[in-house]
Amino acid sequence: MKVAYWPGCVSRGFTPELHGSMAKIAPLLDIELVQLDRASCCGAGVIAEHDQELADTLNARTFALAQQEIANGAELMMNICSTCQGAQTECQQRLDASTPYRDHVNATLADEGLRYERGITNKHLLWLLVEEIGLDEVARRVKRPLTNLRVGPFYGCYIVRPTARLGIDDAHPRDRYLELLIETLGGTVVDYAGSHKCCGFPIITMNKEASLKQAGRNVGDAIDANADCMVTPCPLCHLNLDLQQPLAARAVGRELGMPVLHLPQLLGLALGLEPKELGFGKHVVKPSTVIDWSTSVVAAAA
Amino acid sequence: MSEYTLRIRRYTPESGEAARWRDYTIDLDGHRSVLDGILQARDRQDGTIGIRCSCRAAICGSCGVRINGKPALACHTHLDRALAGASEGVITVEPMGNMPVIKDLIVDMDAVHWKKIQRVTPWLLPEGDPPEREYIVPPESMIDITQTMACIQCGACVSDCLSMEVDPLFVGPAALAKAYRFVGDPRDGQHYERLYNLAEDPHGIYSCTHCFNCIEACPKGVAPMSQIMRLRRLAGSRFAIDDENNGHRHELAFVHNIAKNGLLHEADLLPDSYGGKFHPRAVPELLDSLPVILRALARRKVTPAGALLHRHKAPPEVKRIFKQVHDAESSYELNLYVTGVEEQTEEGSVHS
Repeated sequence: MKVAYWPGCVSRGFTPELHGSMAKIAPLLDIELVQLDRASCCGAGVIAEHDQELADTLNARTFALAQQEIANGAELMMNICSTCQGAQTECQQRLDASTPYRDHVNATLADEGLRYERGITNKHLLWLLVEEIGLDEVARRVKRPLTNLRVGPFYGCYIVRPTARLGIDDAHPRDRYLELLIETLGGTVVDYAGSHKCCGFPIITMNKEASLKQAGRNVGDAIDANADCMVTPCPLCHLNLDLQQPLAARAVGRELGMPVLHLPQLLGLALGLEPKELGFGKHVVKPSTVIDWSTSVVAAAA
Repeated sequence: MSEYTLRIRRYTPESGEAARWRDYTIDLDGHRSVLDGILQARDRQDGTIGIRCSCRAAICGSCGVRINGKPALACHTHLDRALAGASEGVITVEPMGNMPVIKDLIVDMDAVHWKKIQRVTPWLLPEGDPPEREYIVPPESMIDITQTMACIQCGACVSDCLSMEVDPLFVGPAALAKAYRFVGDPRDGQHYERLYNLAEDPHGIYSCTHCFNCIEACPKGVAPMSQIMRLRRLAGSRFAIDDENNGHRHELAFVHNIAKNGLLHEADLLPDSYGGKFHPRAVPELLDSLPVILRALARRKVTPAGALLHRHKAPPEVKRIFKQVHDAESSYELNLYVTGVEEQTEEGSVHS
């Protein structure tokens, strides 16, 4: 399937291994990525906090660019960041709720020849895997089941709340998709307190201690539940959980050392790719130094 | 009538014994509330179950608890609905979080919730002498704050506030929503003072971590986090309060970063949030983060050239939007609570 692909900023900035691993797994899942190169940052909630109309206009422009690709054969817009999903869905909710407001925003876009039409479908890779490709199909493509790998899911707030806005209901348990996917890939889901909590990243510059304590506690809870690694669909969570992990350990006063994988990395591993080509070497807590992939995962495939 | 199993967390602090779960089988129609179930268990099986309640109609805010791990009013949750969200067919009921337990399902609201409400001076502080008759204000200027007036002080948002979980001094969602009730009220004469006070508090408006738990928890649609964002917007944009917590600076640094680069350039965001790379406030912060920065460089997460140079520049169209919308004198701030959602003719699109 062809998708209008919005990678977000951080996947091309401080977590290049996310963008890289997405590019690696796409062909293995028959996803054709048409990257929205001219689009801008979603604002991550911060621009909306500063000037709501500005955030809505920037995202309406991204949606309009995606709709051009959809007119050219892409099936929908896809992103790989929980924060993008949440921030963009919030803007979309306002844009779709009011025709006068949408007209007002479109008047700004008109100078560029762009127009946003109500009702774009914008799905995170996680939702796309479950709802468009289907877990049965994903299971068929697994080459190296994640046998004996204990994985702690970590969603990121923006992709699980508020449930009504994000379309989470009994028929679409999007706040359970990570668990379903881990099982599909042959791994073991680790149930722990932090899976749906906040990583603390949004306040890292404002209340650093509280921010790092959030990250440290969540990682610590995953350790206490005997997780081998965590997996997150959000690169901003990854920054606090992995990049800041040494400082988070200091904030909570305990040793941590928990590898945190991006969603496409976990998928890639199960689809048969090697840790190195998935960018595992770029993590602060290197997954390869903590988990012996050659015995726990790779050997199981042989 | 159907049978339901309620698994209630029992705890009496002065007994010295640890908390324990006890199962109670109750017999009620599915449309009856979890509170009805708790009261039946108390009447028929164990008179010592502690629960605070009064109106049974989601008005008094007394019976806030956690049902299946999520905060809710016990009187406002149907048994059949609670069962649908339960694992293994057992409805769990436990006291709210972030507040000490007095007994079983009763938490100490005074110790946390009401103390924080008092913290924000929860009464009107008009300027000058009162008018001869009533204050006259245009109705539209009051509609916006009716959302915060809907609060029934149940504490559900406080229970699950993730910032408060790690920082008990955080003023918190209920109190900050209450603060907006007065900051948004045209009759109040202390808007600046209120905002200054909450922006400078190291545990004030800038300690909210955007987790949306309070929005999800509130049984009355108050959306406390949205009110906190309004407080930030007013503190920064209207009153230009340059707080010591880097809140306003971080916001401006982010906006300017995107205006310049189109995509977020993280290497600039951190120092700029502290006032710039060479700002006295930035230096100790950057030194503290040095191990992290060095590790990121060692892992080739970032290259020195990538961190110092800007690969990506905002396209002219993005710059134009910033000029046209951001630099405009007034902003169109759509408030769905006020306007509502217009009727949609076709199917909704959240799932398609």
